[in-house]
Amino acid sequence: MAIEFRNVTKTYPDGTVAVDNFSLHVPSHTCTVLLGSSGCGKSTLLRMVNRMVDPTSGAVLIDDDDVATTEPVALRRRIGYVMQDSGLLPHRRVVDNIATVPRLNGASKAEAHRRANELMEIVGLDAAMARRYPRQLSGGQQQRVGVARGLAGDPNILLMDEPFGAVDPLVRVELQRELQRIQTELRKTIIFVTHDIDEALTLGDQIVVLKKGGEVAQIGKPQEIVEAPANDFVAQFLGLDSARRSLNAAPRDGGGWLVSDGRGRPLGVVDTVPDQHTDTD
Amino acid sequence: MEWILNNLPRITDLTLAHLMLALPAVAASFLIAVPIAWAANRVRPLREVVVSGTGLLYAVPSLPLFIVLPILLGTGVRDTFNVIVALTIFGLALMVRSAADALDSVDAGVRLASTAVGYSPAMRFFSVELPLAGPALLAGLRVVSVSTISLVSVSAVLGVQSLGSLFTDGFERAIIPSIAAGIVLTAVLALLLDLLLVAVGRLIMPWARVGQS
Repeated sequence: MAIEFRNVTKTYPDGTVAVDNFSLHVPSHTCTVLLGSSGCGKSTLLRMVNRMVDPTSGAVLIDDDDVATTEPVALRRRIGYVMQDSGLLPHRRVVDNIATVPRLNGASKAEAHRRANELMEIVGLDAAMARRYPRQLSGGQQQRVGVARGLAGDPNILLMDEPFGAVDPLVRVELQRELQRIQTELRKTIIFVTHDIDEALTLGDQIVVLKKGGEVAQIGKPQEIVEAPANDFVAQFLGLDSARRSLNAAPRDGGGWLVSDGRGRPLGVVDTVPDQHTDTD
Repeated sequence: MEWILNNLPRITDLTLAHLMLALPAVAASFLIAVPIAWAANRVRPLREVVVSGTGLLYAVPSLPLFIVLPILLGTGVRDTFNVIVALTIFGLALMVRSAADALDSVDAGVRLASTAVGYSPAMRFFSVELPLAGPALLAGLRVVSVSTISLVSVSAVLGVQSLGSLFTDGFERAIIPSIAAGIVLTAVLALLLDLLLVAVGRLIMPWARVGQS
């Protein structure tokens, strides 16, 4: 399912403009990352898709249907939503948290639980966790439950609002890898909000770099953004101007090459450096 | 002790009468306070007015209220209904603020998440906000329960039968064991009801006691 933002603007009663005349096409079965600092309106844009926020003007369309014509509660039940700090219900066991949407959609308890168990396997949660309460899980496990809950209603669209923002870097990388694996199998239309450039480059099929007020600084594939930042803002966001992404390799005593960035900060080691390409033909 | 054993049937009757006055009042306070608290939280500018306003009801002296209410309700002074209404008013004075704070304390992230996954506002209230406010509601209810059990005794002055009657009779007739029994049994009853509430809370809110892993 493709999502289309058509000239959406969101102005709050106090005069704050969260998003100003934003347009974007989100292709089906791909992951689009909205990347920007806090206050750029990225979460507001995300919430317009499931009508947690209604635009002041403009429209959001899902497969050419204006979401404003769909009843919000029904709309939300067919769109997955994963948020920071998981947002799990602390008084429900893990299995019941995951079963929430199927239950809301009228599935029997047994059927919803069967679905929940299926999803626990998909997101890599041990079956023993099912009877626990969210509070008894680690941050990373809670986020997995959050992802499972988002997927439980088998939605075509998955909205992810900085879902891995609150977990430590190691777990974050693991969760990103899991999400990639799940996405290759399930191929949902994902909108993923983050302020983490590395996360955006890892997960995005398409990255939208946002300035304040939802102004688009650049739209492109990860490679395009890194190779050809459209302006200083994007370059700065990527850390290009601070030489974070211009890499050098120096031979090591023990063999191999040490890779460092433009500031001399060591990044890692490679065994071999590809031969310099020369125009031979 | 001998006096108590000799008067056991009467003490049992009075204990039951005491409960028949206290329990309906505690239940009514709770059931009326929750919707008031919900509404007060919804209409933000009115919240403090409603919450403080009902709180002030507690300042009304109990004895005059027991006497004035029958005039307003058209019941007799010794009508148990009169007593229950008065006790409910005092219960509300305590419970509305507790309930308003309890409902307010539900985590904003959880509210947002439950809206996002597709709870309708009514379902969200009953299956998310109300249960999560449960432990704080229970704390408020325990105060109301103890306070009501003790307040019931005042109605004995009007001649409504309760454990307070042991106190008033004993005082008039100078029977010390009766006075002592009245005081002790009221306290024991308050304690038992409190334990019962805690037990019910543990039963219906098992999640509230699980710690961090």
